[in-house]
Amino acid sequence: MDSQYLWRLAIKICGALVLFFLIAPILAIIPLSFNSSSILSYPLEGFSTEWYAKLFVDDRWWNAIRNSLIVAAATVAIATPLGTFAAVGLSKVTFRGKPLVVAALMSPMIVPTIITAVGIYFMFSKLGLANSLTGLVLAHVALAVPFVVITVSASVAQLDPVLLRAASSLGAGAVTSFRVVTLPLILPGVISGAIFAFTTSFDEVVVAVLLTGPEQRTLPRELLSGTRENLDPSVMAIATLLVLFSTALLLVFNAIQNRSRKLRD
Amino acid sequence: MKKVLHWAALATLTAIPTAGIARDLTVVSWGGIFQDAQRTVFFDPFKAESGLPLAEDSWDGGVGALRSKAEGGDANTWDVIEVEGDELAIGCEEGFLQVLDPAKLGGIEKYLPGTASDCGIPANIYSMVMAYDTKVFTDGPKNWADFWDLKKFPGKRAMRQGPKMNLEFALMADGVPQADVYKVLATPEGVDRAFAKLDELKPSIVWWTSGNQPMQLLGSGEVAMTTTYHTRVGNSNKTDGTQFKLTYDGSMFLVDSWVVMKDSPHLDNAYKLLEFMSRPAVQVKWPEQLGGGVGVTEAQTMLDPALAESLPSAPENVAVSLPLDVPFWIANIDALNTRFAAWSGN
Amino acid sequence: MILPVVIYLFAVFFVPIGGMLGLAVRDDELAEVMPLTVTEIAKWDGAGLPGPTAFEAVARDLTTAANARTAGTPARRLSYDDPALRGVISTTARGLKGEFAEGTDWTTRLPELDPAWGQPAVWTAIDRAAGPYSDFFVLAALDLRRDAAGSLHFAPDESRLYLDVLARTLKIAASVTAICLILALPAAYLLKSVSTGTQGLLMIVLLLPLWTSLLVRSAAWMVILQKNGIINNVLLKIGIIDAPLELVFNRTGVLIALSHILLPYAVLPVLGAMRNVSATQTLAASSLGAGPVRTFFSVYLPQIVPGISAAGLLVFILALGYYITPLLLGGPGDQLLPFYIAFNTTQTVNWGLAAALGSILLLATLLLYGVYVKLVGADRIGLG
Repeated sequence: MDSQYLWRLAIKICGALVLFFLIAPILAIIPLSFNSSSILSYPLEGFSTEWYAKLFVDDRWWNAIRNSLIVAAATVAIATPLGTFAAVGLSKVTFRGKPLVVAALMSPMIVPTIITAVGIYFMFSKLGLANSLTGLVLAHVALAVPFVVITVSASVAQLDPVLLRAASSLGAGAVTSFRVVTLPLILPGVISGAIFAFTTSFDEVVVAVLLTGPEQRTLPRELLSGTRENLDPSVMAIATLLVLFSTALLLVFNAIQNRSRKLRD
Repeated sequence: MKKVLHWAALATLTAIPTAGIARDLTVVSWGGIFQDAQRTVFFDPFKAESGLPLAEDSWDGGVGALRSKAEGGDANTWDVIEVEGDELAIGCEEGFLQVLDPAKLGGIEKYLPGTASDCGIPANIYSMVMAYDTKVFTDGPKNWADFWDLKKFPGKRAMRQGPKMNLEFALMADGVPQADVYKVLATPEGVDRAFAKLDELKPSIVWWTSGNQPMQLLGSGEVAMTTTYHTRVGNSNKTDGTQFKLTYDGSMFLVDSWVVMKDSPHLDNAYKLLEFMSRPAVQVKWPEQLGGGVGVTEAQTMLDPALAESLPSAPENVAVSLPLDVPFWIANIDALNTRFAAWSGN
Repeated sequence: MILPVVIYLFAVFFVPIGGMLGLAVRDDELAEVMPLTVTEIAKWDGAGLPGPTAFEAVARDLTTAANARTAGTPARRLSYDDPALRGVISTTARGLKGEFAEGTDWTTRLPELDPAWGQPAVWTAIDRAAGPYSDFFVLAALDLRRDAAGSLHFAPDESRLYLDVLARTLKIAASVTAICLILALPAAYLLKSVSTGTQGLLMIVLLLPLWTSLLVRSAAWMVILQKNGIINNVLLKIGIIDAPLELVFNRTGVLIALSHILLPYAVLPVLGAMRNVSATQTLAASSLGAGPVRTFFSVYLPQIVPGISAAGLLVFILALGYYITPLLLGGPGDQLLPFYIAFNTTQTVNWGLAAALGSILLLATLLLYGVYVKLVGADRIGLG
């Protein structure tokens, strides 16, 4: 074995350890949610589903899940069309200062959430929008839009301009050609963007901390209280459910991406 | 296209319940098992009797939190709140708490002397004590000097974040007699002395903010000792089978009050809730839950004598504890909060 | 078609942030409750004590405020300047409550109510807070204050905080960036060199943390790092340590959890860069006899430097803004700037200071973002 090989092998082993570091903490909590003891450590004492049973009878978690779903669905419904139009629009025009506009559109992703949250809190308190789900949705849309723009832009970039020209030469107006040609082709990007918008809202906690009252507590907000005040296996149970949910979303997302890649090739 | 967008936005917006407009009467307390107990004794029976909806929130104290609620205008969602003594006095003076009409609450004389005031009626009588795990220390700490003694009792300490009570404990640990604590603390040198004493312990302190955390920290072995509300200790032993022990020696004696936010849209219902909670027949059930004391004189006499003796309000416990000096904290809370934030953050 | 999103972000993102920047320099709380005083103090030359009309204005304003229970506002605003002044205003307002006593000699009456009125300190504080605009909060966010003569000084030691916080924020962000880059290199190399099928699987491993709720990840680290947590239990059992390590509620916990959270953001750009490296060059280098380490440093590394710098910058920018993770896993000495922004927004309700701190954080972020955009190109942001 030459040194080159050993060197590469060593790097790969390090790489594998790093990936283990990434995934292990998330997987480690899953067995703890089935532990019969309330002590959050290994070895496990026995198998039990009592913590899940506890979740199912607790209104607090159900309300939180319901609020989170409402907010995330509304965020998707607004952010997806907004971001899609912006992405399609951006692909069609070139103008001086376009990079600046793009950078500005992306900035909600970069600006620390606490700043967005505080700014919105100061403004919404005056408008009576604090402590309402509406206020939370409006804020989440701003945070989610850049993700939609990015994913849809990636799809739009793959569009064959010949198709659009063909459509318009066949007499299709702008709206028709968007509906019949562009939209079906960029649909995977739009769906991916919608998934991103959903997770952005579904996981968001900083704005939720500032902007929600007792009746609008979202799941991350409830999880924050749970983690700070009462880190017990039922928090692990809800965390496990969330991990499964996000894994499912990720797999769906991956499948869409792969399919659209295959279609293009 | 814009039209589509417009309708999509409108449709989603109208689909969202605008909770900000018609919110329910909201009662705010200290969360966790403490609030669970209040729910059992006060909130649920109130809902059942009055038929009124009642929402709950929890908080971790602080005049600032109340101010920001008051100044948030529409953003304020709190109506009835359990506050500590200095929050009651400052809130009343700054005018963001409702001045209560004693006639609607059975008159001042219904309550233990000194517990009812312009803006509040007593909610809970309790102590801030030190607690430890008897499985870790069989012969545990007896006083604050022991709490500070890292050699004799190794391990971390959990204390409530903020200067209130910790400065008092630090002075007691530094040998100041209980009776002189506030005399010393009233001088700049006394404050320096308290912070210097806290400095000794600082690397070993884990700060807690919500009342559930101390038992959590003690139970997980994260800390060896903690300051805690006395009510939490008995509950943890009862429900989680822990063997924690508390000592009333050098503890701080406190009265929390129910207050109502000024401009509450639910003032009438807030009075109904306060009136319900201060009925002797309701109050008498409170100490059975967590061992908190009651502020209604008549309820006090109805208690089981054995239970009454274990409460912080029992004479032998009162004798060894220090009542929180509310005027001192009103005058100094902002300055000491600022100093504490700078001290703990560095 | 771009217009709706531009309008939306303008209304719900840029306007609120602009409003926050405005709050950092607006200072009109005192003037709202003490309008007469503010008018009178403007006529004062700053030497000695102001004239009798200023004393009378204070008395009138505070009488009104005491009766309306609004004296708390000026008391609080002045306490930002000097905590002792809160007591001065409260005591005076209590003394003045009721009918305004016309014809009183207020230059003697006010100092009777509180001797501070006989000293210039309270008057200069009122002068500084007269508004409507001032640099008070921005200076406070940098631990600076103006004295009566207008020159700048550092705040007294025991109340100095924010410069340290700023330095700490930068330091933690830099440490996290370094850790992430060191870990990202082997991970990206592994991802690049495995077969397509395995790569798909490993990509899921890499991306799953990003898709998992931030709170789940933070809670997981709490469980793992606690004194009786998984790591300590395992290490104790196999006898590597004989006392549990302190891994949480301190800097260690914050660094571990933040690095874990930001690592995927570092791996992706590095991976992108590695994919563009031509294999022939490295082969050529090693066939010319260069050792593996030398090949790496002289041939491989220079080609992926753009990817590494993009990754580093992105991680650094994102690390500056974390609030929840340090809150759960750190102690008071490990909180970043965002914590103090939230703290001053909801706890002390010093919105001016919160806004000033926010402006500093925003400025730092935008500067770095500008560099990042230049580096990767505007159309490739986030696509890495």
